[in-house]
Amino acid sequence: MTTVLKNVFDRPVSLKDVSTHFCPGCQHGTAHRLCAEAMDSLGVQQRAIGVASVGCSVFLYGYFDIDVVEAPHGRAPAVATGVKRVRKDDFVFTYQGDGDLAAIGTSEIIHAANRGEAISVIFVNNTTYGMTGGQMAPTTLPQQQTSTSPTGRNVASDGYPIRMAELLSGLEGVSYSCRVAVNNPKNIMAAGKAIEKAFRCQVEQGGFGFVEVLTTCPTNWGMNPLKANNRVAEEMIPYFPLGVFKDIAPMGQEV
Amino acid sequence: MTTDVFMAGFGGQGILLAGNLLAYAAIEQGLNASFFPAYGVEKRGGAANCTVIVTDGDVGSPVVGNPGQVLLFNQLSLDKFYPRVRKGGLCLINSSLAKIPEGEQRDDIDALLLPATDMAVEAGDARLVNMVMLGAFIARCEVVPMTAVKSALAGVLPERNHRFLPMNYAALDAGAARA
Amino acid sequence: MKRLFVKGNEAVAMGALEAGCRYYFGYPITPQSDIPEYISREMPKLGGTFIQAESEIASINMLLGASACGVRAMTSSSSPGISLKQEGISYMAGSELPGLIVNICRSGPGLGGIDASQADYFQSVKGGGHGGYHIIVLAPHTVQEMYDLTMLAFDLADRYRMPAMLLGDAVVGQIKEALVPHPYQQPSDLPTKEWAVSGKQGRSDQRIVKSLFLGDGELEAHNWRLHAKYKQLQDNEVRCETEHVDDADLVVTAFGSAARIVKTAARMAREEGLKVGVIRPITLFPFPIATYQQAAQTVKKMLCVELNAGQMVEDVRLAVNGKVDVAFYGRPPGAGSLPTPEEILVQIKKHCG
Repeated sequence: MTTVLKNVFDRPVSLKDVSTHFCPGCQHGTAHRLCAEAMDSLGVQQRAIGVASVGCSVFLYGYFDIDVVEAPHGRAPAVATGVKRVRKDDFVFTYQGDGDLAAIGTSEIIHAANRGEAISVIFVNNTTYGMTGGQMAPTTLPQQQTSTSPTGRNVASDGYPIRMAELLSGLEGVSYSCRVAVNNPKNIMAAGKAIEKAFRCQVEQGGFGFVEVLTTCPTNWGMNPLKANNRVAEEMIPYFPLGVFKDIAPMGQEV
Repeated sequence: MTTDVFMAGFGGQGILLAGNLLAYAAIEQGLNASFFPAYGVEKRGGAANCTVIVTDGDVGSPVVGNPGQVLLFNQLSLDKFYPRVRKGGLCLINSSLAKIPEGEQRDDIDALLLPATDMAVEAGDARLVNMVMLGAFIARCEVVPMTAVKSALAGVLPERNHRFLPMNYAALDAGAARA
Repeated sequence: MKRLFVKGNEAVAMGALEAGCRYYFGYPITPQSDIPEYISREMPKLGGTFIQAESEIASINMLLGASACGVRAMTSSSSPGISLKQEGISYMAGSELPGLIVNICRSGPGLGGIDASQADYFQSVKGGGHGGYHIIVLAPHTVQEMYDLTMLAFDLADRYRMPAMLLGDAVVGQIKEALVPHPYQQPSDLPTKEWAVSGKQGRSDQRIVKSLFLGDGELEAHNWRLHAKYKQLQDNEVRCETEHVDDADLVVTAFGSAARIVKTAARMAREEGLKVGVIRPITLFPFPIATYQQAAQTVKKMLCVELNAGQMVEDVRLAVNGKVDVAFYGRPPGAGSLPTPEEILVQIKKHCG
């Protein structure tokens, strides 16, 4: 009797065979893997250019086996614009955290989106500045304590957390905008599909795709990985609802 | 041989066009020339002036403290720049809009008073004042021939304005006739 | 080639297109807007890309991205906009990216005014952003040089893999004079850009353009490598114009549009029998240190003239290192503060006395 062995789980070729520097329970690793799987699935690894941002995600080039340009804090969508306008046939994506994209880089993300640049943006929202040490981010939840909001985020003076996926969906240039989480297998599956869809939107239609990924930061939240993961469902998703906010063909044509 | 020309008036009198034209005509003649406009934040009605240097050598400084050839289009520029005309220099004054204050007449320069705005109106449009003044200047100071100025005008004016060329030529000639 | 009658800013745009630049990213600001206006009209005809970005910050980062792909690309702005670009320029310097940045300097500080100014000298030659770096800085003084030095800036940037700046002002930007355009000839020995990202395209190695170096000793080594390039520039790329320095009692020195005024003033002085020479740095970084040192052996005094309150004069004094006295003349820029040749002549006479 012959046994046929089928490989059902392997490291994506877009990902290097290295261990990450991320803290225990951090979900950057999961988000990285989903991006790599999507690049594999679309067959674009050999023509992929990643644009790294500032923060925990800066070491993109250490984990993805692709060419990478490192951008100043918040400027990844502008750098990616320059890259994509030169390398029109390449696959170009940015991978940015919440301080980077939703605070210092709001101008760059809004205008790259509004121009409908043919790039994909992965936005990792963990409600805090991770690498810098747990300071208040534009996505920090009301009353959430951080190292710069020691008594909790006061919406009266600090404003409310920004819902980027919804905000960008209002722009004509955006083809696809959604929010996903990676806190359980079902959500991870859905997140993978969403990232692939955003990437496909660029590769096949030349559209701007945006995926906000809700993730944990156990270290700066002062929680163990399990509690941190629970917080995603208990506190984050109620404020940052999962879903697709825009899904159209580029330049306003219905799919 | 270097000729420096300074023109001043207010925006809308075509000062910059006249300067541009003079420098362009000089370059077409194989001379070296620079046209340096002084510009304000506002586009209309403010002070406008420019310096044109025409030379058979290198154009050095694009600005001159005491210019040798001066075209003054209004009272404000006369008050400011008449005293700065170089000794022995030439000064053309648009007497329709400017007059030399009592007692400030200079006898060390060659001053030509020309009712240029009135002459422009006669020629068909007050805006031709720049051509009247330039025509008189070319007649007095043959830095470039009048024919070169006329042929340069077609190069400086946008195509859509070429129907105005005859009026401009007439204004140049009217100025020259009074020089 | 026919002589054209061209505005300085347009000559920059023409030189850039001729040198093969096909990517421009900018944001409007007076007095340099003729550059994006010309390029937005002409570059698309050549298959190039013009983007009016949302800010100067975005445009310098678009330049960073395009340069990382190995193409010739540029941005242009004026002083307040260049301040905003300094972050990106520092990252480009750190990432060893070529690229052209044009500064048609206006007066400051702050919003200042739109008049001609050379008050960005320090910002340009001392590394305007954070981190202790330099960029190549070229200072044109005629419309022809606006064209020629734009081409040279691309070549030097590519050769040394670092940003290059063309530092002009409202005089050389707005003046119109004769330009003889000529075909661009790329030096045959420019290095190929084997560092440029392109997607791996079957390569085994990964190309990474970055300025973050956290490994033990890595950043120090990186900085020493950058500084070795600055030394090479000093040894090989200094460009400088001199007039009548050999028999001069007084050398007057100035760059860019101030040098035009100075050259006329020096000519007037010589007509009056005064022994006056001129040194005009064309490269502000690398600075023509040796030219000043040599002149200091023979002249009695130097006079530095700038359209600011005194910046380059510090580098001249460092260069001559006390060997001769270096006087300064200049005024903080603003409406009506452009010095005239007659005014400089008075200063020349004062220092010849």
